[in-house]
Amino acid sequence: MTGPRYTPLRERHETLGAAFTDFGGWMMPVRYSSDLAEHHAVRQAAGLFDISHMAEFAVDGADAAAFLDYALAGRLSTMAVGKAKYSLVLAESGGIVDDVIVYRLGDTRFLVIANAGNRDSVAQALAERAVDFRGADATREVSVADVSDAFALVAVQGPAARGILEAVDAIADLDRPLSELPYYAAAQGRFGQWPLLVARTGYTGEDGFELLVPAEAAADLWDALLAAGEPQGLVPAGLAARDTLRLEAGMPLYGHELSLDVVPAQAGLGRVVAADKDDFVGRSGLGAVVAGDAPVLVGLIGEGRRAGRAGYAVFDGDERVGEITSGALSPTLGHPIAMAFVTPAAAEPGTALTIDVRGTRLPVTVAALPFYRRAH
Amino acid sequence: MADLTALHYTAEHEWIAVDGDVATIGITDYAAQQLGDVVFVDLPAVGSTVTAGQVCGEIESTKSVGELYAPASGEVVEVNDDVVADPSVVNTDAFGSGWLIKLRLDGASLGDTLDREGYLALTGGDA
Repeated sequence: MTGPRYTPLRERHETLGAAFTDFGGWMMPVRYSSDLAEHHAVRQAAGLFDISHMAEFAVDGADAAAFLDYALAGRLSTMAVGKAKYSLVLAESGGIVDDVIVYRLGDTRFLVIANAGNRDSVAQALAERAVDFRGADATREVSVADVSDAFALVAVQGPAARGILEAVDAIADLDRPLSELPYYAAAQGRFGQWPLLVARTGYTGEDGFELLVPAEAAADLWDALLAAGEPQGLVPAGLAARDTLRLEAGMPLYGHELSLDVVPAQAGLGRVVAADKDDFVGRSGLGAVVAGDAPVLVGLIGEGRRAGRAGYAVFDGDERVGEITSGALSPTLGHPIAMAFVTPAAAEPGTALTIDVRGTRLPVTVAALPFYRRAH
Repeated sequence: MADLTALHYTAEHEWIAVDGDVATIGITDYAAQQLGDVVFVDLPAVGSTVTAGQVCGEIESTKSVGELYAPASGEVVEVNDDVVADPSVVNTDAFGSGWLIKLRLDGASLGDTLDREGYLALTGGDA
């Protein structure tokens, strides 16, 4: 692989004065001006995120639904057209290859959105599983195509998000009005001459939408959203704000809370696995890894302003009981928050623990996730 | 704003203003920008002594932690309590009201520092 990649919106970010950071092999805006201001804008009005680095896979065919039941952890075949579902790509071991969102675009048409950094491993997993699924005589029909480079994805997140989308004239012909689009559902329509998918999904804990358009339409869509949104408080927002927003919302980030060494139940994602399915990749591994002493994901709340960070040790008295996977001073709550894997004995909400912040022990309390839940 | 050409700079992205035997120390605008919004600073106590090249404090943003290195040995004679109370000043006025500590220097000189031109060459920035 050659140097870092840029999304179709690179010029827009540069014009806006963004600072860039490498994320999963992509140079992405980390902030435009102030990551705190961007964070607060999303909680109070709206933020516009370029998430075109994420990977998209088109899964099509008469047996596409059955294939996804086999290839992913959840039961996708019972999902209605126009719905979306959070799911996991599991390894045979039961560990997590990636977390994904699956959209059902038609009876035999699905879209799988995966993390940028896992594009290759998800592509490989889906391709191998398609071969196994079709069988030696290839009686079952499914195709998997990596369409990531053909599409751009932007997110409008925040309480003003719906009003902003409704103010963009070029967003038209939606098969459902946004006012009737439930959380984790998607409408198909047009942006100008281009096909558009609008999903009521996000990674911030706020109401919001993710918009998928052909890469050629990305800049026009970005401009249209900013123009319509600025009077309603919309600001471009970078990955720094995205990270503190998702942390407050208790949402896992692959490579931090999720990895090949973590099985779904450890990360509080047992509900995502449809264990009663006949056969799916990861089933045998999940059966084996039900160790009662496996660390589990918890929230930690601190005092003052000094935050624990990924990799810092967690203690119960003198005993090391776990490790932080993500942590920051919560911009919304004003105190430090973190997610950590700790032994089950230390995982009860309310348990008093300490964290080692560069040589200093600081008190924390175990808390249920999420840290932040929107009021409406 | 301070006269940036009159300041000394270090490779750890700190600036130093020397007045007699007292040095005022802060981090550069470049460092502040790299950190992102500063949300917490941990500074040495007034009266404590610091040693050149050693870590004497921390500057945390939402995303990362930066260390404050003592650019010279000496006694801490003042810390900027306004920055402790409102760390965002480091972002908005890194060379002015965002100063961090004042040292009474042990030695006569600072040792190796960079001038403005040398520092800009280091960061690839423009004046």
